[in-house]
Amino acid sequence: MSTTVTPTSVTPVHTSPGKESVIRVTPTVPSPTDAPPPAPQQELIQLRYNAEAHVRKEYWNEDTMTFWERMYLPEILRGLAITTGIFFRNMTRWVTGRKGALTTYYPEEKRADFAPRNRGKHILTQRPDGSPQCIACNMCATVCPAKVIEIEVGFDANDPAHPKSPVRFEIDYSRCVFCGLCIEACPEDAIRMVQDVPDLPSDNRFNMWLTMEEMLTWNPQSDVAKPYPPKGGAPIKRDHGRGDISSTH
Amino acid sequence: MLLPDLTITILFIAASIGVLMGFGGLLTWVERKQAAVMSDRIGANRAYIKIPFTNIKLVWLGLFHGMADGLKMLLKEDFKPKTYDKLAYTIAPYVVFAPVLLVFAVVPFGGILDPGKIIPPLAGFFAGRTYPMQVANLNAGILIIFAFSGLTILGTMLAGWSSDNKFSLLGGLRAGSQMISYELVMGLTVMGLILIFGTVDLRDMVNQQSGMIGGALPAWGVFYQPVAAILFLTAAIAENKRIPFDLPEAESELVAGYYTEYSGMKMGLFMFAEFIEIAIVAALFTTLFLGGYNLPYMNDAGFSLPGGKEIALSHGLVVLLQVGTFLAKIFALCAFQIQIRWSLPRFRYDQMLTFAWKLLLPVTLANLAVTVVIVWMKGGM
Repeated sequence: MSTTVTPTSVTPVHTSPGKESVIRVTPTVPSPTDAPPPAPQQELIQLRYNAEAHVRKEYWNEDTMTFWERMYLPEILRGLAITTGIFFRNMTRWVTGRKGALTTYYPEEKRADFAPRNRGKHILTQRPDGSPQCIACNMCATVCPAKVIEIEVGFDANDPAHPKSPVRFEIDYSRCVFCGLCIEACPEDAIRMVQDVPDLPSDNRFNMWLTMEEMLTWNPQSDVAKPYPPKGGAPIKRDHGRGDISSTH
Repeated sequence: MLLPDLTITILFIAASIGVLMGFGGLLTWVERKQAAVMSDRIGANRAYIKIPFTNIKLVWLGLFHGMADGLKMLLKEDFKPKTYDKLAYTIAPYVVFAPVLLVFAVVPFGGILDPGKIIPPLAGFFAGRTYPMQVANLNAGILIIFAFSGLTILGTMLAGWSSDNKFSLLGGLRAGSQMISYELVMGLTVMGLILIFGTVDLRDMVNQQSGMIGGALPAWGVFYQPVAAILFLTAAIAENKRIPFDLPEAESELVAGYYTEYSGMKMGLFMFAEFIEIAIVAALFTTLFLGGYNLPYMNDAGFSLPGGKEIALSHGLVVLLQVGTFLAKIFALCAFQIQIRWSLPRFRYDQMLTFAWKLLLPVTLANLAVTVVIVWMKGGM
């Protein structure tokens, strides 16, 4: 190594194609046996011109615009033609009574194509006689991370099979996080979530509480888990004694 | 005869300000709706006015959103930053707003008005006097336009400087440099028109554009100076600080640029000035390049179609037609500007300056040189 130590050596490093080529500036560390580092002024003079440092940066993405594209105006006119075309297409649709947009007018309209995995609304399943299957055990309310479920328990001594039933079962949708833990916790399959959205928009926050009446309106044509919908007439005979199957199985 | 003149002048001023304010308010709605329709959306349509004691809600395609916005801005807290120059901070919105309205004073929006003919009972009051439909019929028209439109930048820079905020300051600086770059281009494009028409009086220019070129094309400035028309519109949009030249208020870089620290109706004045300036730019372009209030084959008496056919119209109808034509042209140009604003992305700061100095200015100068040579060869027009 010569006594005049180059403070920096600049090497353009070309990495594999597709990656940015980098100019790597690595300070050369003088070995301890070398002469003492040069004075700062000398360093400055040596830095002033370094041919290697002026190697132009190579970019992996070349400037691919053609002359025509760089003339601004034709491309701007092309862009304007696209947007104006869409504008007039939507306007003609709109004037002829169709909607010029895919947007759903939400509270008035509900979209028909919810995602198959959408679970946006809670429902309470019913017994054949139409009463809620819920036994008001409060497990859903306990597990709920947002603490949005409120259950008021009623007691009916005349129904020894399920003496407890909810009098009031309400969910605060302004706080619900739609985690589905209430469904996991329910021992009776009494609460489920379905592919729907609750009718939330309102100027009053208390309208965001989903009441029991609304949750009991679920009435599907068939259900894999049990005979559903609950048909009128004689209730299905069930024995809730020892070793019995639960109503869901 | 002071009273009739005063009456008419006040009427013109009221009409001009009314039209400009109307345009400013309407354009907020037009911008929203047009942007929505051209991007497959619906746009604001929820604000309504409920007729008292009934259940009828007037929505009118969201036309009342502008009113709701105005009311909101008026009722909002007027936040004031702890700036050291409260005066500059306070007057900046007005300095931006007032010159925008003043520019319209010299723009002719109709032909010659003879109020005695329109309202016969008042014929004695006006005694056959006629008035050019223009707030101020000055023979220095274009010069006044440039003088006043140059003032708006003062307010912008005042706002940027006095807000005591780095984003505002950067916005003000950008606005200043942008203004200098594009005012030059704008002035030089109009120079070609001045050479061709031989006047700076806007009414004179519009009158010269009422004829036809070779019986087929209307003698509008855009057909004499097509390149200048494009350059003028570009420079005017840049002056107005709208996308693609909205660097002074680039929200992704500078929060809201020079009016970051403004709130409530002061911010509203900046916005409103911008919307009115769209209409002003459209009015100037109409006057200079699109024949102002003229329709092809139309004159102050009616239509004189090719083939010697004359359609005589009453004076009132002609005045209505001229003002209507002028407003329709302005509206079409406003819609075009909004279309540009929602089609193009923003320039980078260096690109914006390069565009002005390396592309627009040479093209403008070349255009001017060609115009000069042609005018010289024709021996003046």
